[in-house]
Amino acid sequence: MKRYFLSRLIQSVFLLFGVLLLVFLMVRMTGDPARLMMSREASPEEVESFREAMGFNRPVLVQFWDFFTSAIVGDFGRSLHFKTPAMKMVLDRLPATLQLACVALLLAILVAIPLGLIGGFNPGSTVDSLGRMVTLFGQSIPNFWLALILIIFFAVRLGWLPSFGRDEWTSVILPAFVLSLPTMGRIVRLTRASVLEIRAEDFIRTAYSKGLEPKVIYVKHVLGNILIPLVSVLGVSFGYLLGGSSYIELIFSWPGMGSLFLQAIGWRDFPLVQATAIFVSVIVITLNLLTDISYVIIDPRIRYGEE
Amino acid sequence: MAKNRAVQTNDSFLDIERTFLNRMFYASRFLWRDKSAIIGLLLFLTVVVAAIFSSQLSPYDPLEQNLWNNKIPPAWSVGGSWNHPLGTDSLGRDMLSRIIYGARVSLTIGFFGVLLAGGIGLLMGTIAGYYGGPVDAVIMGAVNLILSLPYLLFVVFIAAILGRSLLNVVLIFGITNAPIFARVTRGEVLRIRESGYIESAISSGARGGRIIFDHILPNMIGPFVTLATFEMSAMIFYEASLGFLGLSVPPTVPSWGNILASGRTYLTSAPWIATFPGLAIMFTSLGMNLLGDWLRDVLDPRLRRARK
Repeated sequence: MKRYFLSRLIQSVFLLFGVLLLVFLMVRMTGDPARLMMSREASPEEVESFREAMGFNRPVLVQFWDFFTSAIVGDFGRSLHFKTPAMKMVLDRLPATLQLACVALLLAILVAIPLGLIGGFNPGSTVDSLGRMVTLFGQSIPNFWLALILIIFFAVRLGWLPSFGRDEWTSVILPAFVLSLPTMGRIVRLTRASVLEIRAEDFIRTAYSKGLEPKVIYVKHVLGNILIPLVSVLGVSFGYLLGGSSYIELIFSWPGMGSLFLQAIGWRDFPLVQATAIFVSVIVITLNLLTDISYVIIDPRIRYGEE
Repeated sequence: MAKNRAVQTNDSFLDIERTFLNRMFYASRFLWRDKSAIIGLLLFLTVVVAAIFSSQLSPYDPLEQNLWNNKIPPAWSVGGSWNHPLGTDSLGRDMLSRIIYGARVSLTIGFFGVLLAGGIGLLMGTIAGYYGGPVDAVIMGAVNLILSLPYLLFVVFIAAILGRSLLNVVLIFGITNAPIFARVTRGEVLRIRESGYIESAISSGARGGRIIFDHILPNMIGPFVTLATFEMSAMIFYEASLGFLGLSVPPTVPSWGNILASGRTYLTSAPWIATFPGLAIMFTSLGMNLLGDWLRDVLDPRLRRARK
């Protein structure tokens, strides 16, 4: 098991290195990062002095080494727009994004797991069709569009809920709901499929034939075995919610990392864009690592790397 | 001997054709029993027809501005008229025509994006799965890297760097979605490679290329078509996401994303401008998801969803 953890850890370190390399290359994709980051009206002299200041005129390998060594200690340079350290700006926005993602995940769990369980135990029932609807619409509705529609309806027409900001406790309701919908659908589908799969297993038949009460079978045998796929999907979903909230944050003026990222894109503030993209990737990769590790701990059948 | 082999090749080729067509034929008989699949197919066909016959179907030129007629509401609400069934936008352009032309833009992006992603993914996945070893490690390393990133963040990032054009959007989606195809392809290749008929092909002297083209690829059509359907729907959604930020195709092109973005400013005064492109995306995506679910059921028996 230790060997598995270690190899998984090394893999994650490689992924982080890959992310840094990718971001470094992306900014240089057009060939001239100085021109990319400057406004179109900038004079050639301004671009030249900017290039000098950012060190874009140095050999690429030197630039990468510099970028890499500062990045691992969390230094991504200063925001072009605000002149403050980019990493600090990202960290300031972290709590809001975490709050949104946590509320959305909680909402998704509270709705999706009961729907998936009931649907799995009674395929074809009304609740099951409801669960299928949630899955289908969660996949199909563009979330930023739904956000706009909900703002028109609940905030503008009815005036029940605030449409932007993070000042009241009700502010989180609309963005969290919109954010959670695709995840909700995915959890319903997975829970339902797992219940159906486990119900067909031999040990369930054995439990029935030895006269156990259905209630005991559901709680002890089925629920216990669903935990494993659920934990993995919850871990991945949390990463998805953290990394996928940018549009919703932007529309609801939620002061999180995602809206910061999209604003930075709009300002062409690439140091800030880099810092946000890398930081979110680090969180997502770490979450995936933790998920994989917890997976092994929960499921006694999985013992990687032991021959 | 050589002659004999040529005949055999022909035969097996025919067989493959026949089995795939047979399966589709068999599947189409099921279609009429599956209500959601019919709905999916109808929705999808509607979008395809709108995309192909945009110029015949749309009542106006989607780019024709008429500032006297700006922000006319849809026909069924107060102040609307059937001259513009879905109303007009802030520059007086006919919404219905713009939505119909938007189908063409979205499907073009989805189709070529999937073609590119599928092509790259198929190549990479087959090489990785068939040859294994260090080649596999390098390809799958890159694949896992891209798949572990927050997707939308990176697509927005690249789009902001490259600038807006149809070609760029197709390239971005084609390249960033190739890893998904590569992963599925590799899995399929690994599975098929272990099967008995590959072993017999190898033992009867078939070489790598022939095994890949004659035996492995034809057996992957099912999962591949299914994935392509889901991916196409995803790309239509991502185009809208990019368009919303002004990073998709140039602003003059009536893509669903661009129309949606242009409606954002008028949410309170003309909410229909943002509503209709969103509905169009939703129904397209709904149709393709239903179709994809059904394709998965009929083309890939191993993944068959538990039916009641």
